[in-house]
Amino acid sequence: MIIGQIQEGIVLDHITAGRGMKIYDVLGLGNLDCAVAVIVNADSEKMGKKDIIKISGPIDIDFRMVGLLDSNVTVNIISGGTVVKREKIELPEKITGVLKCKNPRCITTTEQELQHVFKLCNEEEKVYRCIYCETKAEFSSVE
Amino acid sequence: MRSIIDIMDLSVEEIDGLLNVAEDIIANPKKYAKVCDGKKLATLFFEPSTRTRLSFEAAMYELGGNVIGFSDANSSSSSKGESVADTARVISCYADIIAMRHPKEGAPYVASLNASIPVINAGDGGHNHPTQTLADLLTIKREKGRFDSLTVGLCGDLKFGRTVHSLISALSRYENIKFVMISPDELCIPDYVKQNVLIPNGIEYTEERSLEDAMPGLDILYMTRVQKERFFNEADYIRLKDTYILTPEKLAHAKEDLCIMHPLPRVNEISVAVDNDKRACYFKQVLNGKYMRMALILKLLEVQV
Ligand SMILES: [Zn+2]
Repeated sequence: MIIGQIQEGIVLDHITAGRGMKIYDVLGLGNLDCAVAVIVNADSEKMGKKDIIKISGPIDIDFRMVGLLDSNVTVNIISGGTVVKREKIELPEKITGVLKCKNPRCITTTEQELQHVFKLCNEEEKVYRCIYCETKAEFSSVE
Repeated sequence: MRSIIDIMDLSVEEIDGLLNVAEDIIANPKKYAKVCDGKKLATLFFEPSTRTRLSFEAAMYELGGNVIGFSDANSSSSSKGESVADTARVISCYADIIAMRHPKEGAPYVASLNASIPVINAGDGGHNHPTQTLADLLTIKREKGRFDSLTVGLCGDLKFGRTVHSLISALSRYENIKFVMISPDELCIPDYVKQNVLIPNGIEYTEERSLEDAMPGLDILYMTRVQKERFFNEADYIRLKDTYILTPEKLAHAKEDLCIMHPLPRVNEISVAVDNDKRACYFKQVLNGKYMRMALILKLLEVQV
């Protein structure tokens, strides 16, 4: 299966098979004006099967949330029809408004207008803690 | 403008500075009697804690300042649904510094993000209580004269005791500190304290079940309350509670210069018969808490003496 080469844009490659649509949702790619293709279960020499997302057109999205969902993903930046930059996704320093703090004693449980914010505390083990009460984030709600 | 939410907000050097100021206050109280003239401390206590509140208020009065505030949530505007953020903004118009106690973890941090004056965390749920740790550190300095090369016994509820966790963090920054954790299995030190503090800092520690066995090696014995509600069943509580009560008999093989500490209030975990022992330091700790709060208020208000 071939989806045309893009001239300008971004390709998220090596997505663990089955996670492509989740990443599409979390990044809100459905709200973009440009063309987006999600390819699921593509053949991969390295991974057997993989998902790929191709976004055509210049966009400005913070891809670091993807690092939480899938640490395999590589980002390819395409310009003039060729890959000009290829990089692994780094974890975001802060996660704002995506995860909820599960600690019943946390101030976020009584102050509804407070943003739920988690800070990266251990990169290797992907440990995020609530900036208010330091409770460890549970990723089950995004995974 | 600086706030203190967690004891680890202060560097070792800054803590040294606070200890020196506190000792200077003890030596020359008159020199400090008017240095906060015209300044106001707001004690915002969303849950009652009379001891901590009075310590802050006494500290401010002894610096020549004044105090405004409330002592429980019912007399504050939070009972009308005002947010912590708004309370912090409003109080910033009236006072020069805030000491906040709140049942919810992180509330003083939220206040510090919104206040235009310094905020001191005076206890947020089971989370942080940095001025208690400052009191503990001044007590250790005055009693032992050093923070390095100490064997520190921590006894009782090491699972939920926030004062114990903060003290471990604070002392882990000094050389050659050894901890002896003495608790029932049910209340032993949580894994995250080991993973985040003890192991990365290479701190030596042992876990014991018996207070008497651990006693002879200790330079400091930090007692905490074993609360009945922490146990799943009454039988376990009854079986274990006496094991962790300090009595003159259990001190028979303790060092002559042991320093016995407790964050208070005590219920029965230290027998009153121990109070007259010269090694009992827990009432000195209360006094030291006031001096460290004075030093901290001066630092945050940037008052030059
Ligand atoms: Zn929280």
